[in-house]
Amino acid sequence: MSAPATRARLPRIVRRLLPLATGVAVILVWYAVCLGMSSEQRFLLPAPHEVARALVDKGPALWGAALNTGEGALLGFAAAVALSFVMALLLSLSPLVRASLYPYLMILQMTPIIVMAPILILWVGPGLKSVTIITFLICFFPMVVNTTQGLISTDRNLVDFFRMCRASKRQEIFLLRVPAALPYFFTGLRIAGTLAPIGAIVGDFYAGNSAGGQGGLGFLTIIYSSQFQMAALFATAAVSCLLGFVFVAGVIALSWLSLHKWHDSFSQADL
Amino acid sequence: MTQADPPHIVELKDVDKRYGDGPLILDRVGFSAERGDFITLIGPSGCGKSTILKLISGLSPISAGRIVVDGVGPSGALEKLAFVFQEPTLLPWLTVSRNVELPLRLHGTGGAERSEVARKSLALVGLADRADYYPRQLSGGQKMRVSIARALSVSPRILLLDEPFGALDEMTRDHLNEELLGIRQQLAWTAFFVTHSVAEAVFLSNRILVMSANPGRVHTELRVDLPYPRTEDTRQSPAYQRLVAEGSKLLRSVERLKP
Repeated sequence: MSAPATRARLPRIVRRLLPLATGVAVILVWYAVCLGMSSEQRFLLPAPHEVARALVDKGPALWGAALNTGEGALLGFAAAVALSFVMALLLSLSPLVRASLYPYLMILQMTPIIVMAPILILWVGPGLKSVTIITFLICFFPMVVNTTQGLISTDRNLVDFFRMCRASKRQEIFLLRVPAALPYFFTGLRIAGTLAPIGAIVGDFYAGNSAGGQGGLGFLTIIYSSQFQMAALFATAAVSCLLGFVFVAGVIALSWLSLHKWHDSFSQADL
Repeated sequence: MTQADPPHIVELKDVDKRYGDGPLILDRVGFSAERGDFITLIGPSGCGKSTILKLISGLSPISAGRIVVDGVGPSGALEKLAFVFQEPTLLPWLTVSRNVELPLRLHGTGGAERSEVARKSLALVGLADRADYYPRQLSGGQKMRVSIARALSVSPRILLLDEPFGALDEMTRDHLNEELLGIRQQLAWTAFFVTHSVAEAVFLSNRILVMSANPGRVHTELRVDLPYPRTEDTRQSPAYQRLVAEGSKLLRSVERLKP
């Protein structure tokens, strides 16, 4: 291809194929590195097909673990969304409420989850409960911050218009402030959606419990790493990544459903 | 109307306005409007013309003096008033018709009546076919029309318009001026209109109050005796052009008053 042609817009098909080509290149390099390793080092990096085989062999364990982690992630995420909404409504009511509560939210956010996890496990015991609470703690803060910002950023003219119409405070909140905050809410949701599976896996890493088949992906990670099952660890990573994608895709779908008709961030979709 | 209406629908007497301990914005402003008047407030920036609309609407309290709107104080008269802001101030997540019926919804009017009113209001501004659009799918002029339709939905007796066409191009503005007068022909409300454009003021109103600034006072009143209905031809008439020239001269003279 000549230089000017490459600078012009690439045909759609080529743009679709580019990521695929990158993937093939990565796998080729991966094989090359594997072949170049000495036999003592070989176990450190399993070849792609070994990872694929591990995915099949450990399939039932990985699937069960992904479901457990997914459950904890979803519960913690949902709780964070619901409670953060209530908290944001409270915070948006007055600068006084914000001033008195905000420092404590910051303290909660600044305390590393790794330190909190053992305390939580002692309180509620290992398993789903702990995983849910840890996920909740990770997701809560970004949701509160974004939703609050949205609720207090309502267009001044629209607020004036509502007051001119003698709208009640309740109408002002639910017919004006809440819908106007939706784009902010979904920004928070996107951040929380990426954090939720990570939070659940971290939580499971500390608080997972295989007794009664309650272990999740974090717990599997501990088992496989203690047994030096490198291919299985890679397979666990792949499944964790997939879980993250499922969450983010869910959040994007939700925000598309509620915003695409009216919000400018989706205006391209109309063209 | 069975009972005798008070002669003036809106009356301001020695109205002062200051925000907190700030400087005097309005100084002993007084004028009264008769039913059906189209009064335009014009004057240099900071003369408090928009503030007068806010006082009449009850959105902001007066500091001294008296305002009577349709026989009562401004806050009691809210339901007889409608306000059209500088910006369309539409809710972007509601369709055009849902935006138009919003004031009725806030007052608790039932759904069937609301959509009927919305349909009629939209027909008045010529946007019946855009009822299910979202605001972002409309042009600036169309958004402003929706905003006017929304104001009309409460069947106001007094319409307050704060530079509603300031952001539009001249062609659209002229068009909307003609439409506004056309609607007024059908639904005789009393209008208070704020603008920076003398031509717009002369075209729309029967009375123009020229204001001076620091503090805001009513400087002169210019009567516009051009007959309604006014059309594009009105703009070509010598009488109209003479009035625009006179208005511009007055405006320049009050601007020179500035300290």
